[in-house]
Formats: sequence, structure tokens, C-alpha cells
Amino acid sequence: MSRPSTDFGQAGTDNGEVVVTRLDAAINWVRANSVWPMPMGLACCAIELMGSGGSRFDISRFGMEVMRFSPRQADCMIVAGTVTYKMAGIVRRLYDQMSEPKWVVAMGACASSGGLFRTYSTLQGVDRILPVDVYIAGCPPKPEALLDGMLLLQEKIRKEPSAKMLFRGRGD
Amino acid sequence: MRDLAKRFEWVKPRAVASADGLPALDVPAAHLAVFAVALRDEWGFDLLTDMAGCDWGVDADPGSRFGVVYHFARSNGGALLRVSCLAGPNEGGDAVVLPSLAKDFASADWFEREIFDLFGVSFEGHPDLRRILMWEEYEWHPLRKDFPLAGREAALPSGDAASMGGGLDRVAVAPMEGGPFVSAEGGGSPRNGEPRGADQSWADDRGAGENRCDHV
Repeated sequence: MSRPSTDFGQAGTDNGEVVVTRLDAAINWVRANSVWPMPMGLACCAIELMGSGGSRFDISRFGMEVMRFSPRQADCMIVAGTVTYKMAGIVRRLYDQMSEPKWVVAMGACASSGGLFRTYSTLQGVDRILPVDVYIAGCPPKPEALLDGMLLLQEKIRKEPSAKMLFRGRGD
Repeated sequence: MRDLAKRFEWVKPRAVASADGLPALDVPAAHLAVFAVALRDEWGFDLLTDMAGCDWGVDADPGSRFGVVYHFARSNGGALLRVSCLAGPNEGGDAVVLPSLAKDFASADWFEREIFDLFGVSFEGHPDLRRILMWEEYEWHPLRKDFPLAGREAALPSGDAASMGGGLDRVAVAPMEGGPFVSAEGGGSPRNGEPRGADQSWADDRGAGENRCDHV
């Protein structure tokens, strides 16, 4: 495992009766291993997102198989596809409805930068309306790329000062 | 087709043959509704498979700038027919009006809304002629030839727009240069049009002078 061994320790005379750790490490360990995504499937990237959920790529290996179509129950919005101006407000509202802590992954060229749609109707990157944590390149990205991006997100979650944020609110 | 021309003297075969060999007719806007119903009831063309809006260019004669190409199909026997129709004048004199076929062909309903939205051609007698792709408050018709691909600054759709973060308060003109999908003008090496392509350090061990982008 890639976890640094210093995050967890054992105390007490008997083997492993008490486990000591930092609060951050415990919280992040929980959060990173149960990222419930909200699939914001807007275009062909959504097909790859579905492929990632299937048995071949099996996103559930990383605790992310629980796709929640209700923003209230989701941790991570995966924006998979082209965001038009007409859709942008709806995407933003769904993000606002997600409960803290929450993360955003921009999957593919369109969500990251507008992609090849340099046109009158397309939002030039979803980062204009949402705080994006991870960008995934590709048009569309293969499931491997999505998984790589999600693992990157896990790494990011593991480094957050979560305990401090508990009392402050994320993003302050 | 000969029967059609015999029955309706205003039906003309199109001067330019279709590249795909489909029979194509010109029909004046004033007779379109009658013609379409006759086509359906007497010749069996019971399916309107497609409608394509056309803008024949800003230089076209103002009276014949906008038109619609209809594709009729016969479900019994499989024939296809293409019908071109130029829009007639509205009250203001602009040639942007056609009769609606939505009552006779159910599929025309959304086709006509789309053409209304993107070309600004209105259809007389349409039951619910609203924009279908762009939002209601949008001021332009984006597929007209005088509308730039990059778009124009506009107000965001109302409603959800109020809650948007990131400082987005207006529809911006899309950038036409730079980025991952735009190469240099005039078809030069992508390296010239793509700033981040200037860093070729990754290719250093491939030998001096070898440019892996030059084949493009």
C-alpha cells in the first residue's frame, strides 16, 4: 500500500488493541475510499464513464462504484461531456446542491476547455463555473484515464487538512 | 415526378441535380401546404424524414436568401423525394416565412422549431413556435451566414444563471486561436500554432533535426 506507515500506529502492550492515528489521516482515509460520484454525463465521455463502471474496468475496486443521481448523496461530480451555456446553470445548481465535502472532476477535452467546440453555444471549460479538482485529458478519455484521474483525486483528498475544515467549512 | 409536374404547373425540377441522385423539386412557398398534403395522400409520401434550413448567403437576392429543403419518404415502396422551397416575405418584407407542415406531418413540429431557432425562418400555423436549442432570450439565429462561429456576447439564460460562480455572468465569444484543437493558419506545422508544442525537450533523445510533427 502506498499509505505512509507513519499515519497509523499501535499502542498498548497487547498486539493491536489500540490504534492511534492523526484525525486528518482517519477522516481522509474514509473519504478517499468511498468517493461517491455523481455522473454528470453530457456527451460521449459518459459512455466511457459507463464503461468504467462495468466489470472490465471495475471502478468499484476504488470504492467509487456508487453512482448517485441525487446530488445530495454524491461527493464528486464527474462532468463528462460538453457543457453548453444552456446547461451550465443546471450543472452549477446541481453542484450547489451537493453536500460538503465535494469535489469536481472535469472529464475530457470539452469539460476541461470546451474542446473542439469553439462555438457560440459551448461553455469554454467547466472551470468557469465550478472549482475543478482534476482535469482528465482525452476525447473521450479511456476508462484507464478516468481511473487514473480518480486515483489522483484520491491522492488529493488524502492530503487535505480535513480536521481543520470540519470547523471552518471547505473553501474558506 | 412527371405526374406531379403535370398536376401542378408550379412544380419545377431543380436545375442542379442532387449529387446523390435523388429526385428534387422546387415548389413555391404559397403552394407548399397543398403540395405536401397531395404528396402524402395521393402519392403515398407519408413520412417527412428531414427538414434542412438553408441560408443561401448574405450576397443572395434578399427575396430568396432563406429556404428549407424537405425530405419526403414513402414507407410503402421506399421512394425518397427532395423538395426545396424558398421562404416568402413577412409583413416587414423580409423573406423569412413558410407555411407550417406540423398539422399534416407530426415530425415537422420540432424540425420547424429548430429551423426557426437557428435560421430565424418562421412557420405560419405552427402550434408552438418557440426556440428549441438556444434559450428563449437569445437574440440571434446562429446558423445564419452573417453570424460568427465564435458567437457574440449575450446574456446567460435566465433562472439558473443567477447562481453561477466563477465570475461567469455573460456568454463570451469563444476563442478561435490556440488550444489543443487549433493548428496554425495556412496549414503550417502544428508546432507554430501551438505554444505548448514549442517545448520539445521530451524529444531531445531522438536526434537533432528530427521533428516528429513535420509530417502533419
